Amino acid sequence: MSLEFLVISLLNGISYGLLLFMLSAGLTLIFSMMGVLNFAHASFYMLGAYLGYSLSGVVGFWPALVLAPVLVGLTGAAFERFVLRRVHASGHVAELLVTFGLSYLVLEIVQLVWGRSVVSYELPPVLQGPLFSLYGTHFPKSRAFITLVAVLMLLALWITFKRTRIGFVIQAALTHPQMVEALGHNVPRVFMLVFGAGCALAGLAGVIGGNTYVTEPGMAASVGSIIFVVVIVGGLGSLTGAFVASLLIGVVQTLAVGINLSFAQLLGALGWAVSADQAASSLMRLSVAQIAPILPFLLLVVMLAVRPRGLLGAREG
Amino acid sequence: MTSTMQTASIPRASRIAFALLAAVLLIAPLVFTSSLAISVLSQIGCAIILCLSYNLLFGQGGMLSFGHAVYSGMGAFAAVHAIQWASRGALPVQIPLVLMPLIGGVAGMLVAAVLGFLCTRRAGTTFAMITLGIGELVAAVALMFPEVFGGEGGIAINRVYGAPLLGLTFGPAIQVYWLIAAYCLLCTLAIYMFTQTPLGRMLNAVRDNPVRAEFVGYNPQRVRHLAFIASGFFAGIGGALTAIHLEIVTGADSLGMARSAAYLLFTFLGGAGFFFGPVIGAVLMVLSTVLLSHLTKAWLLYLGLAFMLMVMFAPGGVAGMISALLRMWRSGILRRKWGLVMSLSFCGLLAIYGAAGLIEMIYHAQLDGDIDSTLRYLGCTLNVQSVVDWFVMFLPLLAGGVTGKFVLDMEKKRP
Repeated sequence: MSLEFLVISLLNGISYGLLLFMLSAGLTLIFSMMGVLNFAHASFYMLGAYLGYSLSGVVGFWPALVLAPVLVGLTGAAFERFVLRRVHASGHVAELLVTFGLSYLVLEIVQLVWGRSVVSYELPPVLQGPLFSLYGTHFPKSRAFITLVAVLMLLALWITFKRTRIGFVIQAALTHPQMVEALGHNVPRVFMLVFGAGCALAGLAGVIGGNTYVTEPGMAASVGSIIFVVVIVGGLGSLTGAFVASLLIGVVQTLAVGINLSFAQLLGALGWAVSADQAASSLMRLSVAQIAPILPFLLLVVMLAVRPRGLLGAREG
Repeated sequence: MTSTMQTASIPRASRIAFALLAAVLLIAPLVFTSSLAISVLSQIGCAIILCLSYNLLFGQGGMLSFGHAVYSGMGAFAAVHAIQWASRGALPVQIPLVLMPLIGGVAGMLVAAVLGFLCTRRAGTTFAMITLGIGELVAAVALMFPEVFGGEGGIAINRVYGAPLLGLTFGPAIQVYWLIAAYCLLCTLAIYMFTQTPLGRMLNAVRDNPVRAEFVGYNPQRVRHLAFIASGFFAGIGGALTAIHLEIVTGADSLGMARSAAYLLFTFLGGAGFFFGPVIGAVLMVLSTVLLSHLTKAWLLYLGLAFMLMVMFAPGGVAGMISALLRMWRSGILRRKWGLVMSLSFCGLLAIYGAAGLIEMIYHAQLDGDIDSTLRYLGCTLNVQSVVDWFVMFLPLLAGGVTGKFVLDMEKKRP
């Protein structure tokens, strides 16, 4: 493992981790404010990517970067207003179920409108090519852009919550809804805005993630379960926890993809050859790169066994 | 949600339901004798066990699992390997096919005992996320070991092996159907009995109020874990029966998230709050995956819409609607208000007719519009290029919706 590989993987891992954070931030925001586990969160990410693709073709990438998240946010707010609010009285499981149904619908509609194959959502010319080269390996501009947007978003979130009136009202609406209502704020509307904002964050992640990675109907499913892992590992409802867990998972997974070493090779290097007929030989011959896709889930299992409340989770239960 | 989840506590109604189920399972293959019908009936039998086992978690225990396919799939794989060993004579004792579902059940139970320990440490929405993560983990791991899980192609088996039992070789599909039907009835009975045991009752208590359950001396986590294990056992039986029926099992299909989601979706649609709700859900599951998917390309959209509308307006599922109708019938409301019920049903059907027509037209225009612009829809021919046809389909939707709203408003204004 060379230094060059380590540095580039680390940078790629951080940019992927920050993309995961943009997704899990919206999810965490909605969960900690409203107690709603939005199963369709990754669907809004997919919607953002597709809308970004379509709008880029009409108005160009930069306007689409603003417009697509706004549209996704409006869709989310409308969903909260007309669907989610109705089932609110039936409890959190019903809310989860209705978002689960929505994820089905979004997938069907996306496939109907944009087809079942990959769309050619390309990077704008400014973001194409490498930003810099390290020891002969390039770091793409698009990854740097993801990092930049995520950091800006993080700052904006932090300022909104800690330094503005809206942030205080939102925080108070969670713990003391009656009091906030009595002070003249429309709590249901606050919830609608929070849900819309969370979805808009997912949409923003979709617009920049869609052209850096791929835009296809399976993109929601592939990222959906990972962001749930991020949220549990980080500790439910903790934005800082989600941040740490996203970076952890992003870096670990990206590093693992580049390592072509298996346990059998390790033993072989120690002069202990693994023969083919050994029962566990296929297990030993799996390379680290091959198990990379399941690493987040392994982390989840380990976390549950060791510390069920997650890295920075406030309470157990 | 919790208020709608009540177990069917009337023994007489349950007895009638059991008799009905047994009668249907017995008579159906005599009436529908085509090979498609036998296959559909066999799938329904398996699906009933699977949905009931799912509901042991969801309806009875309040545990929304997104990874139930893990336990049914593992049961299927255990049974498939056992059958292969048995047909090669590699087992110390020759196990007949009749007992193979139990092997699947034990496998499902063991897997549930291990994984359930992790899952059941948390309840509610966290439980849902954890089961999702563990389900994805198992499905992904399975694809990494093609020797055990057959890779993308799966594992094919020959269910005919050893000496015939009482003249049954289980070669013909109908013989397998009888095996499935027998297991279906036994499992339904066993799951019902389980809900009546102190553990089953405690499970309801833990679902409704874990704090109080803990206060009277039960460990909610332990109760959930035991129910999880029981559910894994029945899921394993259902999975093994499915594998025996299809004579093949694939990792991607039988362990994946899509399968788990289907159990959840249809158990809910059938009615998670009622013991026999999942039976209705199982029938819906097989009919829609086998028949509806052939009728329309938009079936997943309909499914999603139906699911969302059910969550919003009828959280009791189909069983809940039937029970509401029965209650209305008994109290005489239905007889007094039959005009209202009939007119509302008519408006609803009219609106659904129009909405489905529009959806079909959109799908046709988008998918096959350039090949042929016309489509057949419930006896009429529609042209997606004609504005008139779009209007014609929009009309019943509008008429049904507006009239239905008007009738409801009138009813509310009446003293």
